[in-house]
Amino acid sequence: MKRRRAVVLVRAAVLAGSILVLEACCRTGIIDPLTVIPPSAMFASMIDRIGSGELNESVFSTFSTILLAFTLAIGCGTLAGAMIHRSTRLRDVVDPLLASYYSVPTFIFYPLLVALLGLGKAPLVVLGVLSATPAVVISTLSGFDGVAPVLLKLARVHHLGPARTLWWIVLPAALPRLFTGLKLALSYALIGVIAGEFILSGTGLGYDISFAYQSFDNRAMYGTMLFVLLVAVIANGFLYSWEGRLARRRSRG
Amino acid sequence: MTGHSHVELNEVVRSYDGPPVVHALGPIDLVIGRGEFFSVVGPSGCGKSTLLELVSGLARPSSGSVRFEGKQLQAEVPDGVGVVFQEDSSMPWLSVRQNVGFGLRTSALPQKEIAERVDHAISFMGLAEFADHYPAQLSGGMRQRVCIARTLVLRPRLILLDEPFGALDQQTRLLMGDELLRLWRETNATVLLITHALDEAAMLSDRVGVMSARPGRFIDMVETGWPHDRDSRVVTDAQFGRLTARLWSSLREESLKTMGRAA
Amino acid sequence: MSGLSLESARASPASRRRIRAFDTVVLILSMLALWQAVGSWTSGVAIAPPWQTLVYLLGLVRTWMFWDHAAATLIAFVMAFLLSTLIGLALGLILGMRSFAGEVAEPLLAGFYTIPKVTLYPVVLLIFGLGLSAKVAFGVMHGLVPITLFTLGAVRNLSPVLIRTAKVLHLSPGRTLRWILVPACMPDIVNGLRIGFSLSLLGVLIGEMFSSQRGLGFLLVNGMAQHNVPLSTAIVTVIVVVAIAANTLMLRLGRRTAPRSVH
Repeated sequence: MKRRRAVVLVRAAVLAGSILVLEACCRTGIIDPLTVIPPSAMFASMIDRIGSGELNESVFSTFSTILLAFTLAIGCGTLAGAMIHRSTRLRDVVDPLLASYYSVPTFIFYPLLVALLGLGKAPLVVLGVLSATPAVVISTLSGFDGVAPVLLKLARVHHLGPARTLWWIVLPAALPRLFTGLKLALSYALIGVIAGEFILSGTGLGYDISFAYQSFDNRAMYGTMLFVLLVAVIANGFLYSWEGRLARRRSRG
Repeated sequence: MTGHSHVELNEVVRSYDGPPVVHALGPIDLVIGRGEFFSVVGPSGCGKSTLLELVSGLARPSSGSVRFEGKQLQAEVPDGVGVVFQEDSSMPWLSVRQNVGFGLRTSALPQKEIAERVDHAISFMGLAEFADHYPAQLSGGMRQRVCIARTLVLRPRLILLDEPFGALDQQTRLLMGDELLRLWRETNATVLLITHALDEAAMLSDRVGVMSARPGRFIDMVETGWPHDRDSRVVTDAQFGRLTARLWSSLREESLKTMGRAA
Repeated sequence: MSGLSLESARASPASRRRIRAFDTVVLILSMLALWQAVGSWTSGVAIAPPWQTLVYLLGLVRTWMFWDHAAATLIAFVMAFLLSTLIGLALGLILGMRSFAGEVAEPLLAGFYTIPKVTLYPVVLLIFGLGLSAKVAFGVMHGLVPITLFTLGAVRNLSPVLIRTAKVLHLSPGRTLRWILVPACMPDIVNGLRIGFSLSLLGVLIGEMFSSQRGLGFLLVNGMAQHNVPLSTAIVTVIVVVAIAANTLMLRLGRRTAPRSVH
């Protein structure tokens, strides 16, 4: 217990320390203020932009796109994973594909998607889904693989039909890994959508940052950037700690 | 030992299609009487677990018939049969109480009776203090007790155990053996115990079947002659030594065969 | 032996491989057909059909321009990957061995992994300007963390038993490292390198797409801007093929260093 607390404290100290160092360097001019503005100014800018409602439209646009991509990825991915798991033949073919999938920078398809679907939400959602779904499929397969065979035998001893076996035994047993897939799906969907908005889009937080950069508006850029990073870290951190709690309850010791 | 046959195997053979074709078990002829405590010992790989799967209905014989209470088994576990597996089959996402009550989830019994049965099983297996704990917080032996308690609530007429204490240390095993005997007397069930531990079989059972190396066949049947209300203290009886000696003399050569095959 | 492993291998491994080869060919053909369908349905406005792409590509690889850009990407990528590898291995090693530092750092690194790093691009550009160093920085930004994390994990998970065994065998530190520790860590490290490879490539390409006048990423975006659809499609194809080939190679390499495990 003591050690865990020490770790957390040191980590917080490292973070705080880095921010302070950065602040000092920016204020004293070691770092050119035209390049990086002090963290306090970033924070102030972020609060301003949120408060003034400037970000509202972008926030709504980006988050709704991410949510849509995330939901589609989870839905299709879990279904696909379940189907692939049932068929050994399908799985034999799909496994190498899944293993190679994330080696391809999916992002290079984005301009093609824009040409295909026009500028707007559609290519962003597709990019998010393309980024997130395979992770869900892989996690679903892993989850179903991880159901101890003895539990399936137990289901037969208790005369549970296929539906009950799935609902009462397979899904709870697979849940930790399925949840990991959920966490990855959010992470990838978020990254995909924001990257897409950044490169080629008309609205959204990614676009805001890119636009601010190209307009030499460092203050606005850093403010929005900080906002996006904070949201990403908090959302992912939340799921990560939830995942940890889930695993801890079930693990030995 | 007791009159009526409860489980009957006739010329049961289990083989797996290859390639290569593997003749895993049999031919086996076996009759287990109602209320009998019957153990099976044999070298590893001889098919003891396969035998249990056939008796439980989890697997079908390649030829021959398996009968439980006079009826031939179809490819499913019949009513009234409880199984305790070798691996830990406690569900990590449920508490001890929820685990134990799992089998009654689908039953039509009133809630009050279910709660009573669950409480009874929990206290019978000495788990009352841990009823709201999760399996991850318990030791291996306690988790097996949870699995046994879960079987107990269903009041099975036949209890099958596949090396249930294999992962436990010797002292815990001896105590769990006593628990098993209490369970047997409490439920008046027929018990089929698969074990690799000769002393366990000799100490607990009414009758022990010794299996040959693969393909497993019974090469000896040993009646222990123990009284009905026994516990692990029978080990002090000279008869225990004689029984264990007899089991080992039948088994030693078969075990050597298995080792030679493995080496 | 409660597992029924014998039952699951229904088809022989050889026939499974044949079926898989057949299915893979069918899958590739269907993907090509889908590509063709999308290409012609959109009348080549967004994506060029396979045959046209291939023809264009064959022409493209004969131009100086293509290789000029490809070289730019390659140089940036090699530098990024090398830097990521060197720093990542060193950092991972240190953090893996100093467990306290490792515990402090790991969530920070993992957190960085989940950030949309693209939002930090303007900062990188402001610091490094537009050019090779910015592209390399992007690549390192993407590739460094996974290599570090995997190396950290590999070193941290080294079983103490291994080091004790080395002591019992009186191995010198050099031999302990070469004969025991490095082989034990290899599988995870190779995995990390494989992922770092793909991500460094991704970083460099995105950097080129966003802010460069040279490189395959630039060609891709430029192609779209000039409505030169065959060019864009051809570039995408080249990148996909190279990425998958490299990944498959590294997977095979990884499998050779890993012990023969179930998967």
